[in-house]
Amino acid sequence: MNARIRLAALVSLAMLVALIVASTYWQAWAAPDLANKSDNTIRQISEFKIDRGRIFAADGTVLAKNRIVHSRGQTYYFRRYPLGSLTAAAVGYATQTRSRAGLERSANDYLTGADQSLSGAIKQIGDRLLGSTIHGSDVYTSLNLEAQRVATAALGSNCGAAVAIEPSTGRVLALVTKPTYNPNDIEGHYNRALHARSPSCSGESALLDRATQGLYPPGSSFKVVTTAAALDTGRFTPDSSFSDPGYCMEYGQRVYNYGDQSGREVFGSIILSSALQHSVNSVFCNIGKALGMRTLMNYARRFGFDQTPSIDLPNNALAISGLYKSSRLLSPGEEDHQDPGRTAFGQDKLLVTPLQMAMVAATVANNGKMMRPHLVDRVRRSNGELMRIKPETLGRAIKPETAMELTQMMESVVSGGTGMMAQISGVRVAGKTGTAENGIGQPNTTWFISFAPADAPRVAVAVVLQNQTGVGGTTAAPIARQIMQAILTTTANSNP
Amino acid sequence: MSARTRELGILILVGLITVTGFASVYIARQNEISSGSLSYVGFFFALYLVAHLVARLTVPDADPYLMPMAAFLTGIGLTEIYRLNPTDALRQGLWVVIGVACFALTLIALRHDFRRLESYKYLFGLSALALLFMPVLPKIGRTINGARLWVHVGSLQFQPGELGKIAMIVFLAAYLHSKQEVLALGRLKDFGPLLAIWGCAMLVLVATRDLGSALLFFGIFLAILYLATSRLLYVGVGLTLFLIGAAGVYQTTSHVRSRVTIWLNPWTTQAIPCPTKGGILMQRQECESFQLVKSLYSIAQGGFTGTGLGKGTFSLPHGNTLIPDLNTDFIFSALAQELGLVGVAALLLVLMLFVVRGFRIALQVDDGFSKLMAAGLTFGFALQTFIIIGGILRIIPLTGITLPFISYGGSSVVANFILLAGLMLVSQRANEAR
Repeated sequence: MNARIRLAALVSLAMLVALIVASTYWQAWAAPDLANKSDNTIRQISEFKIDRGRIFAADGTVLAKNRIVHSRGQTYYFRRYPLGSLTAAAVGYATQTRSRAGLERSANDYLTGADQSLSGAIKQIGDRLLGSTIHGSDVYTSLNLEAQRVATAALGSNCGAAVAIEPSTGRVLALVTKPTYNPNDIEGHYNRALHARSPSCSGESALLDRATQGLYPPGSSFKVVTTAAALDTGRFTPDSSFSDPGYCMEYGQRVYNYGDQSGREVFGSIILSSALQHSVNSVFCNIGKALGMRTLMNYARRFGFDQTPSIDLPNNALAISGLYKSSRLLSPGEEDHQDPGRTAFGQDKLLVTPLQMAMVAATVANNGKMMRPHLVDRVRRSNGELMRIKPETLGRAIKPETAMELTQMMESVVSGGTGMMAQISGVRVAGKTGTAENGIGQPNTTWFISFAPADAPRVAVAVVLQNQTGVGGTTAAPIARQIMQAILTTTANSNP
Repeated sequence: MSARTRELGILILVGLITVTGFASVYIARQNEISSGSLSYVGFFFALYLVAHLVARLTVPDADPYLMPMAAFLTGIGLTEIYRLNPTDALRQGLWVVIGVACFALTLIALRHDFRRLESYKYLFGLSALALLFMPVLPKIGRTINGARLWVHVGSLQFQPGELGKIAMIVFLAAYLHSKQEVLALGRLKDFGPLLAIWGCAMLVLVATRDLGSALLFFGIFLAILYLATSRLLYVGVGLTLFLIGAAGVYQTTSHVRSRVTIWLNPWTTQAIPCPTKGGILMQRQECESFQLVKSLYSIAQGGFTGTGLGKGTFSLPHGNTLIPDLNTDFIFSALAQELGLVGVAALLLVLMLFVVRGFRIALQVDDGFSKLMAAGLTFGFALQTFIIIGGILRIIPLTGITLPFISYGGSSVVANFILLAGLMLVSQRANEAR
């Protein structure tokens, strides 16, 4: 019988070995996957036992801190946001029941101390074995609170967003969306946060970050990209001459210039720089037709279109700017069948985010070199070690000469064109207005993208407003001016 | 060094490990629990000292490793139960007292020759059936988590199936030992008993709606049948019959069907109507497979080294438990989070060692009945461990049975101490004969 007993023993041991193998699978192999599941409450709650790092504005003001709670023999670190809704779009929230958003999500590794260097990691294992609390790293952002306040106040009860970037580094100075929510409400008062709406944009969620997720037709603000392509390819110069009958022929039909109560504008013979200054649709329509859809979109891609922006925010809060057909992003292969004329002045299928348009302005301001937009400036580990996030070049969109010519043309928009309300005394401002029509009888989406000072840019801005009766030059331009002014004054004497 | 002195030495080592365990729980949770509770360890140790002395008197030559391993497993179980719920640990402690008493009684009663049990085989067979079907009785039976495994008498609540399992093993060992030659011939009429027991297993399955217990009983039966007759064909036929029966039950019983669905797809991306929440739309991991999924998260959270005893996350900050039945069926996932892969592997190795010692006894002893009993008890122990941990680790569909020696639960503790006594009695006989 002993041979049979050995077989039974073998079977029994094989079963127990299978248990060891399965444990290894779940605890070593599958563990990282399970840790990232959104319903992994155990993980989420255990992370509240970490003394989460704080989040700061550029001036050192605390944006997110911990509230220590002792419960049932455990110490938990819950989040408080002292400034409430002011920086909600960028900072986001970390809660027990609603997971995380914003930097609280994308910078979670820093905040929970999971980014440690080797020595730090060894110390952390020691901490864990001893049962002491793990301390996360503090995150210092580039957010300029004065600009945040000004932008929040200027956007008022509108539905819209504003993004400000430092052109030479890509540091995000302001990121504002309206309406917005109070991150302190997410836990416990979720509905209050969700329904924080303003009368002018009913039905829109306050949790949507319009600055990075909102997709709007760019209107004439896209003419900056079209002009960049026109000049950079060498096909046109600022002095290239066009004849404007007040419309452009597209597929046998007339596409008219912008018009108001006094009727359609007709400019007759006009050069390219004046066409940008006065935002003449027919000229850009003809440029678009001359360049073709492929060239136009290739330049748009050089500015970051058709890609998820590389900003340090969670991917689920980022939208891709590009050509859309019934909410679906068109692939480059489908471009050829689209209309280059209307695309060239930012209509038809083009949808963009404010972040993308700020990147366009910042890239022109930075001599055509595109910098990676980022919010995290520095990280201070719990052992005092300071880590700086270096500016990163994403690529060259246009030649420096093109950028220079384009800057001059954009200056003329503000000095004597459609963007005169963005003028700041004593500062040269370059900008471009945009008024996207959403159909007959529908309110406009208005834009202003700009940078200043034009000769040595320190700030690039994009402002978008939904549901407007006015145009970009009268609605969005003054808001952009205030934001630029706030940044130019607060950074005049300090450079962090 | 005599076997018993060796046993005492290892018991002291186990005592030290248990002290360390309790101390780390105490250090991690001193805001919540008093230092007086450290006296558990002293109490625990004294209890095993009594068990050791009884063994010294009754089975002096028995295997010296079985009892320390059982002590280690109950020690770890008690530590984790204490960490999860100090009140339960007190009750579990009392059950360990009763378990040790039953252990001592079994040893004392059967110290001369346990083989006389063989002549009471039908009594064991009948009591096994009675114990198995007790939960089905209308007044005292209780359905917990969809399976009817519990009996309530007053405030007492226990799973008679645990004791039924031991009685069943004794009956099978005795019965198959006496019918060994006849069965080995393989005549069709001798398949009668096989079919009868298969029918019983199916009845248990249908009546209690518990796939785990049915699998355990039938697995033990097939193992002993094979050991007695040496016919792998019987095992094959038996398994086929079991699978056919299980498929039938799967078709007709929604409880069993949902267990299988949970096992195959614990996670869903879209919402499905949740049967336990009145049909409202929910994702499966928030509804039916909630327990399994949260338990897997708990295991994964442990990683290599674990969070440390007392440092795991099992409840929301305001105290709501995240994983139901944590200290009974799911104690493994609690241990996996706090001890990590290192600790869990060590635990499984001790369980393996226990199984190895059990089969070694079966190999050493020289008479058929003793061999069948020792091998049956050991195989039952291994299979039960596999069914519950395998279910938690998603190797097989999850069914709620206890983890031997570790889980919280009176009947389980008592049954396992009797199992331990049985193995030590056989071991004594094997070593005595030399």
